[in-house]
Amino acid sequence: MTAALEASRLGKRYGGKWALSDCSLSIPTGRVVGLVGPNGAGKSTLLHLAVGLLAPSAGTISVLGARPGSGPEALARVGFLAQDSPTYDRLTVAAHLQMGRWLNPAWDDEFASSRISELELDVRQRAGTLSGGQRAQLALTLAVAKRPELLLLDEPVASLDPLARREFLSTLMEIVASRQVSVVLSSHLIADLERVCDYLVLLVSGRVAVSGDVDSLLASHRRLSGPRRDPSTMPGNLMVIEASHAVRQSTIVVRTDGPIIDPAWTVTPLTLDDLVLAYMRQARDGAGAPVSRLAMAP
Amino acid sequence: MEVIEFHLDPSSGVATYLQLVQQVHQALQLGLLEPGDRLPTAAQVVASLAINPNTVLKAYRDLEREGLVRARPGLGTFVVGQLPRTDPAAQEKFRRSMSTWLRSAREAGLAIEEIEAIYRTAVRNCLTEGVA
Repeated sequence: MTAALEASRLGKRYGGKWALSDCSLSIPTGRVVGLVGPNGAGKSTLLHLAVGLLAPSAGTISVLGARPGSGPEALARVGFLAQDSPTYDRLTVAAHLQMGRWLNPAWDDEFASSRISELELDVRQRAGTLSGGQRAQLALTLAVAKRPELLLLDEPVASLDPLARREFLSTLMEIVASRQVSVVLSSHLIADLERVCDYLVLLVSGRVAVSGDVDSLLASHRRLSGPRRDPSTMPGNLMVIEASHAVRQSTIVVRTDGPIIDPAWTVTPLTLDDLVLAYMRQARDGAGAPVSRLAMAP
Repeated sequence: MEVIEFHLDPSSGVATYLQLVQQVHQALQLGLLEPGDRLPTAAQVVASLAINPNTVLKAYRDLEREGLVRARPGLGTFVVGQLPRTDPAAQEKFRRSMSTWLRSAREAGLAIEEIEAIYRTAVRNCLTEGVA
């Protein structure tokens, strides 16, 4: 099956600085992907590469089996919502819809009109006078009405208040439930995406720190706490992601496929938030000597 | 108007789909749901909780596997099975043994926080065993 997004050793350089480097990914279709990472991790760069607004400096990227932005057909299959849901301040809601109708061959007018009336937006109102939440909903409506197979949303809820955030995500999930569309949405806060995404891609400093199905990731990571212990003496089937030590106690986050049998450990599951933080710290602290390799030593 | 409405406790550490499964179990045990009742559609749950539709479908598949509900294409997901209602006498028995346990923990000098930590760990271990 064609991947929604496939990248191989993808890199993007601005001047002397790599915003994204050595990024290899394969995201299946039909998923809601959370693209997470601190500010400046390369999330926007990856999305801009995926939509064809940027060209790679290294490696390759394909979206739904095609090179991004390679022609009208490739463009029609991808919907993109840039950061802060840009709309044209001086144009009315009706004019936005008219523009969508003119510019997109597969435009779904029925969907667009019914969304706008459900949102109780006055079509004569200028976009500049809408609230942040309403503007985001208008921009989402336009992006979905073009009937894309893949929807890319860059920090769609970052600037919204909690209620607007919840409403935006509800709308998005209703769309996922009723239409055949894969979604990639970015945020620097995993808490924003935890309920909605079933696939995680974590970027740290321009690299992929971890990616995969959320449920499998949660099932394969555990936090162990017990008497102080050198992480390099852990059994080889446990990959150490993060270890911290107090005088008498060690707390270790591991990735493993099997159960943890050593009775010395108190084993607890991780939340998605814990997991993301563990990988972020690993990426920050473990650059010189990967802790995971220490764990593999005999 | 739906028969039941789902809610989520983000701090519980229990996977979202499992919370939905447990709420259906609870509603069956309490007699809030009965055979013939229709569960909220995936779209309704998604709209009210802002969660991934796959999460709802996963919960409903689990319930279907347990023989508690059946999906009827185009119509919705209906309750077909029943769970034994919790016996009030059994509840009372466990409530009493819990009180005894709590009293002995207090007498042993454990603080409320410690007792809660023990309880939470035990519940979590019990749940993860159930999942694995």
